[in-house]
Amino acid sequence: MPVIDLNIVPVRKLNAALHALLPNTNETDWEILNPEGRHAIAVGLDAPITVKIAGHAGYYCGGMNAQATILVDGNVGQGVGENMMSGEIRVAGDASQSAGATGRGGLLIIDGNASARCGISMKGIDIVVKGSIGHMSAFMAQAGNLVVLGDAGEALGDSIYEAKLFVRGKVKSLGADCIQKELTPEDEAVLASLLARAGLTDVSPKAFRLYGSARRLYNFHVDNVDAY
Amino acid sequence: MSSSLSTPAHRTVPRVSATFDHYAISEIQRAAATGIYDIRGAGAKRKLPHFDDLLFLGASVSRYPLEGYREKCGTNVTLGSRFAKKPLELKIPITIAGMSFGALSGPAKEALGRGATTMGTSTTTGDGGMTDEERGHSKTLVYQYLPSRYGMNPRDLRRADAIEIVIGQGAKPGGGGMLLGQKITERVAKMRTLPVGIDQRSACRHPDWTGPDDLEIKIEELREITDWEKPIFVKVGASRPYYDTALAVKAGADVVVIDGMQGGTAATQEVFIENVGLPTLAAIRPAVEALQELGMHRKVQLIVSGGIRNGADVAKALALGADAVSIGTAALVALGDNDPALEPEYEKLGTTAGAYDDWHEGRDPAGITTQDPALFSRLDPVKAGRRLANYLAVLTLETQTIARACGKSHVHNLEPEDLVALTVEAAAMARVPLAGTNWIPGRSAYQE
Repeated sequence: MPVIDLNIVPVRKLNAALHALLPNTNETDWEILNPEGRHAIAVGLDAPITVKIAGHAGYYCGGMNAQATILVDGNVGQGVGENMMSGEIRVAGDASQSAGATGRGGLLIIDGNASARCGISMKGIDIVVKGSIGHMSAFMAQAGNLVVLGDAGEALGDSIYEAKLFVRGKVKSLGADCIQKELTPEDEAVLASLLARAGLTDVSPKAFRLYGSARRLYNFHVDNVDAY
Repeated sequence: MSSSLSTPAHRTVPRVSATFDHYAISEIQRAAATGIYDIRGAGAKRKLPHFDDLLFLGASVSRYPLEGYREKCGTNVTLGSRFAKKPLELKIPITIAGMSFGALSGPAKEALGRGATTMGTSTTTGDGGMTDEERGHSKTLVYQYLPSRYGMNPRDLRRADAIEIVIGQGAKPGGGGMLLGQKITERVAKMRTLPVGIDQRSACRHPDWTGPDDLEIKIEELREITDWEKPIFVKVGASRPYYDTALAVKAGADVVVIDGMQGGTAATQEVFIENVGLPTLAAIRPAVEALQELGMHRKVQLIVSGGIRNGADVAKALALGADAVSIGTAALVALGDNDPALEPEYEKLGTTAGAYDDWHEGRDPAGITTQDPALFSRLDPVKAGRRLANYLAVLTLETQTIARACGKSHVHNLEPEDLVALTVEAAAMARVPLAGTNWIPGRSAYQE
């Protein structure tokens, strides 16, 4: 198993080595030592490998990830898994702002809390946060599922499109055009599957409330001007 | 008595208010009738200080000119030589600005690629991602990285030739994008991960970074994803060009793009287009000053856009310190936008050739700003691409003509000393003397 110590090897060399891997590589398990909050660790990966990061990572850890599994044994900075396409990122600690921003696919699991704008502009990614999330989360969220076991901050789902937001705790306030919706059996099945993938088999989907778009702002109308 | 007062001899002619003119009154009436601000395409239409207010001095006893057609006058430009492993090498200093598939039809994007490729220059994607047609027809393609991130993916990032991080554009510095529902067809909707037919409003701020320190880390991430190969441009609408340029350089940009308020948009509020931002003329010198102070002029390249129409405009922008210019509106006109031959159809739309700017409505008779197959099939991408190539060739020849007259063997050798201004305003903005004087307002005292 390749072990890369970022106190010795620059991030640029690490990323170049990970990008050079072929789809059928047998170097499928990588360990990164001493990340020490460095930015852009393991970004732009596109191979079915597992990368373990032993410590805290800075901004954009796992950005634009495809296929790879990235396990962070620590906290992460802004934009973890931004625009990820597929694969999985697990963060054992907390995440800063804009976790999973614009993500298109794959699964992002945060064991701790996520800060403001979690899932902002998400476009198909699934995000599970075991703690709470900050304000303006899922702003303009287009597609995908955001699951929050704790609470959500102010203006959840502001200007939301078709993403689904499942929250077990309290929601401080909903943003423009975001409303509570009925949890259908199909929604429950999606939620149960995400909880299971996050290792939360003892959590009941029925304990969650579902939020989504009222679709009142999809086409401009002067009578909705208060919402703009 | 009253009858004698009402005879024509006792009346002055009707007087239209300079303040409440016909346009202002019609806009009040339109607003009252509809309850929505006016949305349109294109850039600022009001009269602004512009390149027309500058003149070249040409050669004289102290400077001798180059022979037209015989003595060489280079036009090539390298963009992205600061950090990128693979900088862009363009034959002409005139690029095609970012315009989205969605705002523009597929044939229009193809035509832009064909015309630009023929002339050895680049095209740019827009707020909607990269299409295969566009990639295929553009030898050099700049991929925009916008707040919406519609269609953004690492595959397209890697197959782009450069990346342009868009902070803003001249028509609306501080504003997001807008594409109204009638243009959100199935293909456009799929590329943007949105339902068909809804109004698509793009965010005005990037979702995962705020401010210049974050931008530096974002640029680092994009370089890491693309193995430091691609030049990274930072595009801003002209508002605080001195500081924006300095901060973009500090954040690690290879190229800074400054777009003045005459720069077009696919759809924005009229009040925004006409009242926010700086004219292109006012934005160049502060940007160049920032680059010079940082020792980065010609190392970080400056692209200027907004209201470029002819080779004189190109030459003036270069003389003021730009490395290249970018055209959007003019490129669309070259493809066939606002063609007088379509006048009957423009009249049906309540406008006239030369004034058509409802590019957001998707009813463009020229087949350019539409997603309607019946309309976009009118645009032959081969012929339209040829027209664009012709136009780019004329711009280049005109620029060379002026450069030779000023004795320059490369268009980049044009300099502010070659210019004078016709108005006090233009002299102050361009920081060149008022014609016939040595006075640069704000820089030097007037001397007899």
